[in-house]
Amino acid sequence: MLTRGTLVIDVEACKGCELCIDACPPRVLTMGTDVNARGYRFPVLAPGCTGCKACSQICPDFVFQVYKYETPLELSTRREDPS
Amino acid sequence: MSDRSRIPLVPTGTPPSQPARLVDDFTPSLVDVGAHHLCPGCGEPIAIRSLVEAIDELALAQRTIAVFGIGCYTAFSNNLDVEVLQALHGRAPSVATGVKRCLPDSVVVTVQGDGDMVSEGLQEVLHAAARGESITCVMLNNGVFGETGGHMTATTVLGQRTKTSLDGRDPATHGRPILLADLVARLDGAGFVARCAVNSAGELARTHRALRRALETQLAGAGLSFVEILTMCPTGWFVETTEAPRYLAENLGSVHRAGVLKDVLAETDAAVP
Amino acid sequence: MSAIATPATTSVPRHLLQGSEAIADAMVVAGCRFFAGYPMTPFTEVLEEMAKKLPAVGGVCMNAESELEAIGMAWGAAATGTPAATGSTGQGLSLMQESLSEITLARLPLVVLNMARAQGDYWQATRGGGHGDYRHLVLAPVDVTEAVELVQRAFHLAEVWRNPVLVLGDYYLAHTARAVDITPVDYGPRPPRDWALSGATGGSGAAKLVSFLGSAKQGDGVGYDLAVHYAACADHTEAMLRGVPPEAEEGYVEDADVVVVAFGTPGAYVRAAVRSLRADGVRVGWVRPVTLVPFPSAVVAAAARRANVIAVFENNAGQMLDDVRLAVLGEAPVEFIGGLSLDASGFGIAPMLDVSEVRRRILDVVERRQ
Repeated sequence: MLTRGTLVIDVEACKGCELCIDACPPRVLTMGTDVNARGYRFPVLAPGCTGCKACSQICPDFVFQVYKYETPLELSTRREDPS
Repeated sequence: MSDRSRIPLVPTGTPPSQPARLVDDFTPSLVDVGAHHLCPGCGEPIAIRSLVEAIDELALAQRTIAVFGIGCYTAFSNNLDVEVLQALHGRAPSVATGVKRCLPDSVVVTVQGDGDMVSEGLQEVLHAAARGESITCVMLNNGVFGETGGHMTATTVLGQRTKTSLDGRDPATHGRPILLADLVARLDGAGFVARCAVNSAGELARTHRALRRALETQLAGAGLSFVEILTMCPTGWFVETTEAPRYLAENLGSVHRAGVLKDVLAETDAAVP
Repeated sequence: MSAIATPATTSVPRHLLQGSEAIADAMVVAGCRFFAGYPMTPFTEVLEEMAKKLPAVGGVCMNAESELEAIGMAWGAAATGTPAATGSTGQGLSLMQESLSEITLARLPLVVLNMARAQGDYWQATRGGGHGDYRHLVLAPVDVTEAVELVQRAFHLAEVWRNPVLVLGDYYLAHTARAVDITPVDYGPRPPRDWALSGATGGSGAAKLVSFLGSAKQGDGVGYDLAVHYAACADHTEAMLRGVPPEAEEGYVEDADVVVVAFGTPGAYVRAAVRSLRADGVRVGWVRPVTLVPFPSAVVAAAARRANVIAVFENNAGQMLDDVRLAVLGEAPVEFIGGLSLDASGFGIAPMLDVSEVRRRILDVVERRQ
């Protein structure tokens, strides 16, 4: 999956509102199953981010840093088969 | 689509090791501290981010004085890297008028909620608009008095349950909502009037454009600029946080309709300095 | 007489001026460059005069749509460091009270005129009609000449103490014509307005904040703490009340049996009545507080120690009476010889403001206390 951007997610700042999930155009954010210290679930990132800033703009709690790679990366979307 | 649980996640704990540039930081440069005690899913910080980023993009930080009303958003009145003057509930437009009349080269913006601007302070914003004051009034409209716990305001929509309209706003008892942007747009002194929202990326992009346009209207001296921004308040609406964007669209957005109601700069093709 | 375009720093020759116009001239000479008001009798002419005079000196005068907006506009102007003023009569001041409280907590200089109807606004002025533990300095001119000085002093005090200052006038003050010269008074240097907003500190990492909730910013790791802020404001109020010298005018108190206390316009009538009685050999004196806050308690107390009785003459049901009693603290009996005295309009024309009537009331006390 061509990945043009990436995020740093301040998971402790997240309040689990999920606005970022629907805001993300390539839909690479999903809510994880872990919770932070305050008990909120927080988003996790799959390959394919475009660095469009939709998540950081719509986040009420300033959870995201958004980066754009100088050269897009090709990231695997399949876990390696251990066998 | 392959099983999502088998997709390897991208690490997000630290900045990338491959060459990359930062395109958006945690907080915009004009917000001092990102942590706040507003509710999960609150739309107000989103609107405030958009506002200060518009100020920054237009290089207005060193000319701006923000006049704050009283509401949940007051949490940001001492948390911005722009000069702030705190006003009373409903009274920001007159205070902003005093500032702008004394400092005509400054950029004066009010930040008020619907309870503040439409309930308590209706006459203030209407008079300021009628006078055509060169200020920008921003209303964060969530249809409730959020800070006091979620009570009915002049913009609460019919059927909306609040702590003072527990069975839903009923026209016979509670009257009908005031659609303030429509009122302001009818005043000749208003130069730019828009209504938008922050419940989706697309709406937020329109909000940002409206805020920029409002500031440009002020810079051009083309009348009072007014931006009404519908914001989520899951607590005040008695809905799950994740339900709030849809609640906004279906209930508030269907009454307080989005759009640009007036834009004299577009009408006259006036040059923006 | 025609209006005077007054240069800020030079005095002008004597002119016959209505009080309202003289007060407006005094404000302009004091440096006032923003005024907002709403028409209401007997304040209206001050607004009219400022509307004529301020634009000529590059100032702004706004006819606000209500007293609420007038005080709001003055608030915004004051926050920019522009010497600002507003005013009304008592009823309009009532409307402004919440803002007046918070402007004080925001530590802003502001001059407020009450062209009152009679004297029933004494409590509103001196106790503060708004919520919370705030105080305003209050000055009460006896006539147009004194008003010209006190108005200028008000602007100076407001900036020195970063606190609103109220000038308490009335219908007579507004509408009496008197030959005055608007001599600028130099009270000395004013502190720098480093707290004032201009927009310029935006983006610096330390943008200024003017707020009645305090000045502590989130970025400093503290944020608003109203307990801390209100305590600081209380300390400041105490310092102000100690730091401003109380002032009173007095006459014939050294050997008076009866000393009459009066403020504002009635003070002139008491003064005239006392002089007239002295000419008849009656041993009476007067004390006229000029600063109502801080109240000249020491002067009143000293008079009470010498006299047999203190009489209070004011056009209300007894308001300054309380402050006199507090100052006297039992040293002498205190008698009220004032009362509500109005004509049908209620604007403050007082039948009791008649020297022979005032004489009669004072003599009544003298004779009963023989």
